[in-house]
Amino acid sequence: MKITVNVWRQKNASSKGRLEKYQVDHVSPDMSFLEMLDTLNQQLMAKGEVPIAFDHDCREGICGSCGVVINGLAHGGQLATTTCQLHMRKFKDGDNITVEPWRANAFPVIKDLMVDRGSFDRIIQAGGFISAHTGSAPDANGTPIPKENADLAFEGAQCIGCGACVAACPNASAMLFTSAKVGHLGLLPQGQPERQQRVLKMVAQMDTEGFGGCTNIGECTAACPKEIGLHFISRLNRDLLGATLRGGSTVD
Amino acid sequence: MAAAMTLYRSTIGKKAIMAVTGVILYGFVIVHMIGNLKIFEGPKGFNEYSHFLRVVGEPALPAGTILWLIRIVLTVALILHVSAAIQLTRIDSAGRPVAYKKVKRKQASFASMTLRWGGTAIFFFVIYHLMHFTIGTVHPQFIEGEPYHNVVSGFQLQPLMAGVYLLAVAALGTHLYHGVWSATQTLGLNNRRNDKLFRGLAVLSGIGLFVGFAAIPVVVLLGIIK
Repeated sequence: MKITVNVWRQKNASSKGRLEKYQVDHVSPDMSFLEMLDTLNQQLMAKGEVPIAFDHDCREGICGSCGVVINGLAHGGQLATTTCQLHMRKFKDGDNITVEPWRANAFPVIKDLMVDRGSFDRIIQAGGFISAHTGSAPDANGTPIPKENADLAFEGAQCIGCGACVAACPNASAMLFTSAKVGHLGLLPQGQPERQQRVLKMVAQMDTEGFGGCTNIGECTAACPKEIGLHFISRLNRDLLGATLRGGSTVD
Repeated sequence: MAAAMTLYRSTIGKKAIMAVTGVILYGFVIVHMIGNLKIFEGPKGFNEYSHFLRVVGEPALPAGTILWLIRIVLTVALILHVSAAIQLTRIDSAGRPVAYKKVKRKQASFASMTLRWGGTAIFFFVIYHLMHFTIGTVHPQFIEGEPYHNVVSGFQLQPLMAGVYLLAVAALGTHLYHGVWSATQTLGLNNRRNDKLFRGLAVLSGIGLFVGFAAIPVVVLLGIIK
């Protein structure tokens, strides 16, 4: 396959970037999207040009490192798929593909397709600790958890923090991410002691980071490679409103 | 207190204001539509209902007390709804300072993407609508206390304005098609089980209110009501 890619090139955080056109020959349909970019980088390096910077790590769809906007859709728009799990067989020979970094005020571009997602880390940090036993391992099933809650908590806990929800949201809102993180602990007994403080602090941090607000459009959940549902956002709203009405009274 | 400040500062708190005021305005448009449909009872029924709205609460309360209380609540709700919308729109557009060169949407509905435009259109329409049928300044043959005559002659004399009414109620229907569901989501009422119920309510509200409101200019223009 021969593919033409328009890639966002930006030298550093302060420079102005632009889309650059490259032709990639010898693309195998079995390559992942990242392998196609690797091939392009080999071409660039052979010519003595600077390769394209992009984030990646596990390449198994579980780490949350990779993620670019492909033809206007985060991770390329395939259901439940990260960029590394998107294969070139989904494209046609001669296709023209536009590749851009996540665009959000809270995700500044570092270089080319790499963005700084430190804002997500700070939201997690704001959540703080949970009170849990240390020492010997607790009995398995020693703490009863309803099956439905366990499943729901697991759905939220699947979030890999890739940022596709923010990238796909017309408002660059981090509500799906924050709601998944708040929700999965809020559903479990281990998350109860700090529950109110956690939601208040994480939402306060989310707002400080400069994300937009949620308009319940649903592009986030459509782009989420882990298919986390919009009902987590409703749960976050319920938790925050509840914690506020109770005065957020747990000890800080 | 710190918690209340977090809520106030957060986009979620502003959205909660939008949701609560939205529900108040939603309740109003439903009552308004039911009231409008009394036009099918003829001039007597319609004019009597209009008169009732002005005197309800008498003699226990002075004339117009209830009417003005409702007007004040609705005006405050509208001001809060619009100002929260403006604040949120500014926050939302600041969320993405650099736009994508290429954007596609996977599941966003037309209604959800045009909520702000529809809301703006409805806002200006409401001002016109009050000047048309309540105050009468832009009505060519306005007669105080004769709402049946005002409605029928208003649409008959200016059929183009009836078209504007149809567009405005279409904007209202679209606004509620997303807005009603969005409000329940914002207030945290939705979960996986009842989500379809709230979606259904929103769709029904959007379509039902459009049909109910659009019926009147249509039947006047068709000459069914004279």
